[in-house]
Amino acid sequence: MPVTTLAGRPIQVNDEGFLTDPTEWDEDLGTALASAIGITLSDEHWKAIHFLRDDFAEKGETATLRRISTKGGIPVKQLFALFPQKPAKKMAYVAGLPKPHGCV
Amino acid sequence: MKRQLLVLGAGTAGTMIVNKLRRKLPAGEWDITVVDRDDVHPYQPGYLFLPFGTYTPDQITRPRRDQLPKGVDFVIGDVDRVDAAANIVTLADGRSLAYDYLVIASGTSPRPDQTPGMLGAEWRRSIFDFYTFEGAKTLATALEGFDHGRLVVHITDMPIKCPVAPLEFTFLAEAWLRGKGLRDRVEIVYVTPLPGAFTKPVASEHLGAMLEERKIHVESDFLVEHIDVETKTLVSYDEREVPFDLLVTVPLNMGADFVERSGLGDELNYVPVDKHTLQSKAFANVFAVGDSSDIPTSKAGSVAHFSVEVFVDNFLQLIDGKPMTGSFDGHANCFIESGDGKGLLIDFNYDIEPLTGTYPLPVAGPLALLKETRRNHLGKLAFRWIYWNVLLPGRPLPLPAHMSMLGKTAATTHPKEM
Repeated sequence: MPVTTLAGRPIQVNDEGFLTDPTEWDEDLGTALASAIGITLSDEHWKAIHFLRDDFAEKGETATLRRISTKGGIPVKQLFALFPQKPAKKMAYVAGLPKPHGCV
Repeated sequence: MKRQLLVLGAGTAGTMIVNKLRRKLPAGEWDITVVDRDDVHPYQPGYLFLPFGTYTPDQITRPRRDQLPKGVDFVIGDVDRVDAAANIVTLADGRSLAYDYLVIASGTSPRPDQTPGMLGAEWRRSIFDFYTFEGAKTLATALEGFDHGRLVVHITDMPIKCPVAPLEFTFLAEAWLRGKGLRDRVEIVYVTPLPGAFTKPVASEHLGAMLEERKIHVESDFLVEHIDVETKTLVSYDEREVPFDLLVTVPLNMGADFVERSGLGDELNYVPVDKHTLQSKAFANVFAVGDSSDIPTSKAGSVAHFSVEVFVDNFLQLIDGKPMTGSFDGHANCFIESGDGKGLLIDFNYDIEPLTGTYPLPVAGPLALLKETRRNHLGKLAFRWIYWNVLLPGRPLPLPAHMSMLGKTAATTHPKEM
């Protein structure tokens, strides 16, 4: 597995740049990951990221857009505005979580 | 006192389970009851062929009762709710059924009501689904009269039942239009919420290339927000628009509403279970088998088949007071029709994506994986007989429940940019 340096420390990532160990994540790292894909995090961004982190801690799976919208109370439309084009993937990346399961 | 096994749903998974378990559970010790809302068992893979006239309606349905063994009570009724704390299921007509063990096998259904505009004035006029008998039948008529314009095949969101079916429909429609000399007059667009033709990289690359060869445009990462009925346009959350003359859509799929009413479901009414045993995470005497659970693999009869084999052995251990030793690996395989009398086959599980190779035997096959052949198409057609005569009755099919890597070529794709 590749190791990269983010927010001034070495981080384990997979070949797509996703963290392989969610426990290595903290908010500084979230900010660094977001800027790596051209996003400056606002309070709304953080609300989504925190929901993803909390939900993952409870469920062990990265939440889908539908789940963030129904359980986390952030409309899908807003998620697309916050994380353009590929919100599910980008949010997981910033939150240091695995890509949501694209069920076969 | 006899113990009660209650199964909700007499579809693929529920029917296989009661057939297998009735042979194993002594009639003097166990009652088995299965509930469904009607007595029509559809061969769902057959819906794909209805729009093209390959199958007639009577070839794809049979009475549910005829697929069940002697010694199983078949109850027709709508489930109102499960009281899992009290081990009781209540039906809409007020009847109640007590159980010691409950299997939820109530599947997943297309829900056109969940997308604004889908069920509007154009529903079954220019907007069709093909995952229901009515939808597939009315689509057949619509296709007969379709001789030019934009044909859009669309997936609302994942997960869906039989995730390869929209691709198959697209391939079949392309071949069918070509056969009628209309291909040049029809533009075909494939609209998907996924980043490519399919979920997993190797299969996505193969299938994506097949769409390209057929000059089918793929509109990826498209999550529909609503359908504008006036202008006949799909509109996404990020405000992209795809106009259509004929829309063949796969509506949002959701588990049964009683699962939600009973507090047993997730946001799509699927029952959270242990993905290796299918045991409910909330109640140890409740299982969800087939499409009704939240396991991260295809919603497909093939998954139902392989997982039922693991479930039945585990269940017999459980009622004997032993630990369940079987572990379902997410194994599934599917034929993919590609038109012109050919098809592909894919074989995969939770961890290993569909790869090239042969099946079920390494090298000898006789079926080629991820490759278009005549034999795979014939395999798909032969499967209807196997379904009614081998699979549903729970007779052994000489295929291992767990996936094998023998004879397969490892993945060689490269990660894509975000």
